[in-house]
Amino acid sequence: MIKVSAEEIAAQEFESVVVSHRPQIFRFLLASTRDVDLAETLTQDCFLKAHNNWSSFRGESSALTWLMRIAINLQKDHWRNRRLQFWRHTRTNSVDLDEASEWLPSGERSAEQRMLAKEQVARVWQAVENLSERQRTVFLLRFVEELELKQIAESTGMGEGTVKAHLSRALARVRKEFGERQ
Amino acid sequence: MNREDFRSSNTKDPETIEPELRQALANFKSSVDAWSDAAMSRPREAKVQERRNWGLISKWALGCVVFAGTVTGAVYQNYRQAEAAKAEAAARAAEHERELAAQRVKEQTAEDLMAKVDSDISREVPSALEPLALMTEDENSSEGRKR
Repeated sequence: MIKVSAEEIAAQEFESVVVSHRPQIFRFLLASTRDVDLAETLTQDCFLKAHNNWSSFRGESSALTWLMRIAINLQKDHWRNRRLQFWRHTRTNSVDLDEASEWLPSGERSAEQRMLAKEQVARVWQAVENLSERQRTVFLLRFVEELELKQIAESTGMGEGTVKAHLSRALARVRKEFGERQ
Repeated sequence: MNREDFRSSNTKDPETIEPELRQALANFKSSVDAWSDAAMSRPREAKVQERRNWGLISKWALGCVVFAGTVTGAVYQNYRQAEAAKAEAAARAAEHERELAAQRVKEQTAEDLMAKVDSDISREVPSALEPLALMTEDENSSEGRKR
């Protein structure tokens, strides 16, 4: 009876983790892949893997960084398999940069402000497109998920110094993109 | 930009980035948030994914290839056997023809030889009535002499 209730507690804990972190994991994967279907699939896989390993999660890091680490590894596996199986799925569902830049929050902005914001978003997407895989991951975790450097280091398995270096390079690329277009 | 400038610009803390870039990054985050929220709240359709059982397909394909190969092989073998039988029959007929011709030649030769022998013998040996004819001839000649 005690065992059953412990399992129930674990299940409830996991459910609360899913409810609270699913949007973040999905958002990160969506920004990384620009593919809604793929992001959904990888999010499902991430939580399935997390569920299977929930008992081994000891809380040494936060649940979010643990889940992010799983998501990053799944994403890496996906691209690796895709490279190996290029003949199997040649089509990609990733939206192009212009389409991704169309999304803006429906705040009370003037048409001019919306145009300016859209242009800025397009530039950032362009810069992100040209980043290396690691730089992109670090950049998105910092500026979209707003994680601290320590959390990014835990999620990616890199040292904080390495994270800082990747972030600096990524920012330099974004700056360059803005500088070139001005 | 020298190395020191590059380092100082690149190691800037994200919190100390220039306002325009900060605004752009904030807009970028808002954009991704809006897209993500919209994607998460969209109505989802249960897609019936067409699953292709490649294992079964390859087994069927392999089976078809083996079957076609067997049938083709059997038909080809049958055709070759028929051809061989035809050629053998033709060879046998030709051999038979040759034998007949040889036999005919042999018979002809024997007949010719017999005819030659007959003609040779008929020249040397008088015919059955020949002595009588000679006698008749002799009698006629003696009567004439008597007269």
